[in-house]
Amino acid sequence: MTPNDRRYTKDHEWVLVEGDTAKIGITEYAQEALGDIVYVELPAVDDTFEAGESFAVVESVKAVSQIYTCVTGVVCEINEELDAQPELLNSDAFNTFIAALKITSIDESKLMNAEEYDAFVASEH
Amino acid sequence: MDTMDNLKKTPLFETHLALHGKMVDFGGWALPVQYTSIIDEHKAVRHDVGLFDVSHMGEVMVTGEGAFAFIQKLVTNDITSMKPGRVRYSPMCYEDGGTVDDILIYMISEGKYLLVVNAGNTDKDFEWFKSHATDDITLENQSADWAQLALQGPKYLDVLSTAGYEGVLPTKNYTFVESMNVAGVNCLVSVTGYTGEAGVELYCKAADGAKLHAALMEAGKEFGIMPCGLGARDSLRFEAGMPLYGHEMSDKITPVEADLGFAIKLNKTDAFIGQEPLKAERKRVRIGLKLKDKGILREHYDVYVGDKLVGHTTSGMPVPTLEGSYAMALVDVEYADAPEYTVEIRNRRLAAEKKAIPFYKRSK
Repeated sequence: MTPNDRRYTKDHEWVLVEGDTAKIGITEYAQEALGDIVYVELPAVDDTFEAGESFAVVESVKAVSQIYTCVTGVVCEINEELDAQPELLNSDAFNTFIAALKITSIDESKLMNAEEYDAFVASEH
Repeated sequence: MDTMDNLKKTPLFETHLALHGKMVDFGGWALPVQYTSIIDEHKAVRHDVGLFDVSHMGEVMVTGEGAFAFIQKLVTNDITSMKPGRVRYSPMCYEDGGTVDDILIYMISEGKYLLVVNAGNTDKDFEWFKSHATDDITLENQSADWAQLALQGPKYLDVLSTAGYEGVLPTKNYTFVESMNVAGVNCLVSVTGYTGEAGVELYCKAADGAKLHAALMEAGKEFGIMPCGLGARDSLRFEAGMPLYGHEMSDKITPVEADLGFAIKLNKTDAFIGQEPLKAERKRVRIGLKLKDKGILREHYDVYVGDKLVGHTTSGMPVPTLEGSYAMALVDVEYADAPEYTVEIRNRRLAAEKKAIPFYKRSK
């Protein structure tokens, strides 16, 4: 269920590295916890973020959640579909990226693989 | 679920788990914020019917010769014209006009009233009642004895008919029948609710709560009933313009500021606590706002007119029945009719306009 092609953070984001860019989204667990997602505040292309900074905001009916980047870099693409259809994050979390960053640096040591992430989620319960 | 261990549980706790409710800590109570989706549950109430567990609400029985005078002194509304079988809504104030709580008053008979208070205020209210009790009344905190279910939505009567009941259901808003059999359970049935939709609230013995819930869910199947959580309860009341204690009113916000004038009888014959301060001209007032830009209004956002900070939002959330984003706000009274407002969301000022409360009104 949790895809093997990418890495995960303790904040329940996924990061999919393709060449020198990193696509970032939220996990199935995160969308389930947030509930109905109704608004996504996207960054602008060319915005620069340090690893650990919030680069987007996802709002569900009940809650406001900051989305953090686990890489340092420059936004090179945003998922504009989310403007009109924020609920894509609910229906297809792993295939819906929020933004892609051109990577300046990435600290792999803080990221988990699918198996480690599943174990992390299980341990939180 | 281990974090739920320290929380108070309603008689429906096991029911919520069985229905896969997403349990949260709500002011010390373990209650479901949702079962499936707040939006779906909200829409079920607007279009079909929904069932809420509101057993966390507090119930205080007031009996005795002095019951009328006791209540009349505590509440801002006037209960003089009440008759047995009537319900009245009223704020209740401190000496300085700040709000202790907003409550429902059920007149059961001469000298016997049931007061229904907000869950989070139950202990505080009961102390408040006790501190004003007179020798000719008896106060009983019966909160743990009652289960309370809210059956809300245009198809609520279909559900009750299918579930079966004996006797005559109350039909007029803010009336109740003290004791009748619904689905084999003895209930107090009142035509009240917190959704802006047609419906009833059913009070029964705590031990009967799960049985009543199951019977109503079963009877409601063919009418599209959904169990509804606190999320939908909040979004429904918000859309219907109903205030929530701790948001639109509080010990720092008077019911006059919350614009609850319909329930404040400043000139009633019997003096009530907070009467004099409430007569003074209000400095702030509750208004409705709608965002013109994209985004979601939430509580505790600063509201500006031009560069002037004029107030803050008290409730805000997506409203599933309507387009756009709405909030209730408490603003300085001289800025209650500004042509345009801005609301600060995460360091950005977004344009908003005034909107009449309620945002949603059901067609009769």
